[in-house]
Amino acid sequence: MQELIKRAKELLADGTVVRVLGWKAGDLPYNPEPAYFAKDTDFADFVYNGFCGANLSKYMIEASKMEGKTLVFLKPCDTYSFNQLLKEHRVEREKAYIIGVGCKGKLDIEKIKALGIKGIQSISGAELTDEAETLTVQTLYGEKTCAYKDAMLERCHVCKGKEHKIYDELLLTSRDTTDADRFAEVARIEGLSPEEKFAFFQKELGKCIRCNACRNVCPACSCRKCVFDSNKFDSSQKANADSFEEKMFHIIRAFHVAGRCTDCGECSRVCPQGIPLHLFNRKFIKDIDEFYGEYQAGEDVDADAPLTSFTFEDVEPSVVSTRS
Amino acid sequence: MLKIEKEKLPELFAKIAAGQELYLPVNISGQVNFAAWDEEVQVDLTTLKSVKSPKDAFFPQSENLYTCKREGKKITIEPEELKNQSFVVFGMKACDVQGLKVLDQVFLSDPVDTFYAARREHGVIVALACHEPEETCFCKVFGIDCAEPAADVAAWMAGEELFFKPLTEKGEALTKSLEGLLTPAGEAGEQAVEEEKAAIRAIVEKLPYSNLSLEGWNGDALTEKFDSPLWEELYKPCLACGTCTFVCPTCQCYDIKDYNTGHGVQRYRCWDSCMYSDFTMMAHGNNRTSQMQRFRQRFMHKLVYFPANNDGMYSCVGCGRCVEKCPAALNIVKVIKSFQKQGGEK
Repeated sequence: MQELIKRAKELLADGTVVRVLGWKAGDLPYNPEPAYFAKDTDFADFVYNGFCGANLSKYMIEASKMEGKTLVFLKPCDTYSFNQLLKEHRVEREKAYIIGVGCKGKLDIEKIKALGIKGIQSISGAELTDEAETLTVQTLYGEKTCAYKDAMLERCHVCKGKEHKIYDELLLTSRDTTDADRFAEVARIEGLSPEEKFAFFQKELGKCIRCNACRNVCPACSCRKCVFDSNKFDSSQKANADSFEEKMFHIIRAFHVAGRCTDCGECSRVCPQGIPLHLFNRKFIKDIDEFYGEYQAGEDVDADAPLTSFTFEDVEPSVVSTRS
Repeated sequence: MLKIEKEKLPELFAKIAAGQELYLPVNISGQVNFAAWDEEVQVDLTTLKSVKSPKDAFFPQSENLYTCKREGKKITIEPEELKNQSFVVFGMKACDVQGLKVLDQVFLSDPVDTFYAARREHGVIVALACHEPEETCFCKVFGIDCAEPAADVAAWMAGEELFFKPLTEKGEALTKSLEGLLTPAGEAGEQAVEEEKAAIRAIVEKLPYSNLSLEGWNGDALTEKFDSPLWEELYKPCLACGTCTFVCPTCQCYDIKDYNTGHGVQRYRCWDSCMYSDFTMMAHGNNRTSQMQRFRQRFMHKLVYFPANNDGMYSCVGCGRCVEKCPAALNIVKVIKSFQKQGGEK
């Protein structure tokens, strides 16, 4: 972490950047928040540890509108989002100085709490430099431990790899965290009967409280004004009288980000009701891979996007009805 | 005081539900929220906090007000019926009960909100003491004692038993209807409850937020707090979602909307969030045009405007749900602490 602070201060001092976008320590051991740093003294609170899951690429949309260059720390998965935003002209490359930071998997406080760990006072083992495979948690109810792996976000188990796709320089080393098949859950749901599928989604989406956290955190949801924020539209951003309308929000959102979603997993990380929203997006990614050839949004800024380019090999529109 | 063995709770719930609707914390695909009881649901009284507060039972996220139907040239308007049957909310916490008192200030003062008033009249609350409070809790800051919840019935879980103490007429009536299932707690029971209370209070003393100071936050601090340059810093990570407002037990803002049913209109109201861009939208536009202003509004309302209009009562009860759920890890505690640190000046 000290390397990051040192480098940030150097780049501020030599005028390369005018501000730094990183994470500021919270008042609990696990709640750092995205923050800007401009002066040397600001860095007293700077933090980079296992709880810095927030994808700062989304904040670069606003930072791109600010005067001068912003130094932004991006984890490997965050760089996919930055690339995609670049492709969509939502961020400006020359407004960003990107330091790719290493990652050993980000932690999910909800998973730690689900293990029955509560009354948390401190957590050790969450630093990037910690070699320990175990988190040691001091709580008001005694010391608890849990495997780092068991506390990781779902997205880190299916990590796309620890290679940064865009950066100006790299700091800190990563640790491979992939230990699960990214499409296994999608394939499982595909295998369900229509009734079972409906029941699954009904149950999951029935928990939605229309807080819009998934949309607002999503780097692919970069519209200046969302259609669901329009008061001229029957199904607006708040709860509706009809539960079908509620589900429509998620389905429309999934369609809208199809082909652009990098599978950064922020939607599922922030959902207060633990809805596995990434499954919708991954279904589209899986279908796109199958129908148009493997494609990873955000991997390459110059690659043709499968849903916005046409080739003679493209699948026929009738595929939906003929697919087994 | 009465008691019942924990393993007999399903019988207790069945008996309550036989006489009226029963809402209690239920685990639905991994998340605990208040929902109607039936034999199939997975009741969870051990998870400290439901994701959403139980305010839904009195002020639902979405409710119909009336329905208009058109048949030919004939238009009929059917107002939604008010709640007219008693119901029980089991397992509310002391902070959530205080949250209702905040809502009462808004909905039961003139002009009375009849939908809310009807639910308050018919609702019977069994409040449960907070076994093992957590680090996000700060009810003590608002003078709430989570070891001694004050509702129609107060309940404690200690050892293998649940203790049950009616405090109001409604509570007495409910207790009477459960005769046979509840047995006298006896001296040992009273002792167990006292020990549980002491254990809860001992933990509360050690909670990191329990000593949070609200000094400087009151109805008179309006200009000083409103004009602080700190807001410009604090709001920045805010994603403008409505999570904090929708999990909050005291947020009471709503919107009224029309839903086109194809052959009529359903007029309904739904929770609104001051974080949203169309909140309090009027013909001339919106009176808060930036996210900084929207962010400031939420905390000014809870800590300044509300106490100014309600004899000093804050509209935060320290449940800590926003602390747990904000996607950007912002919350009311961080706001209060930032002002403390900087004295409101920068």
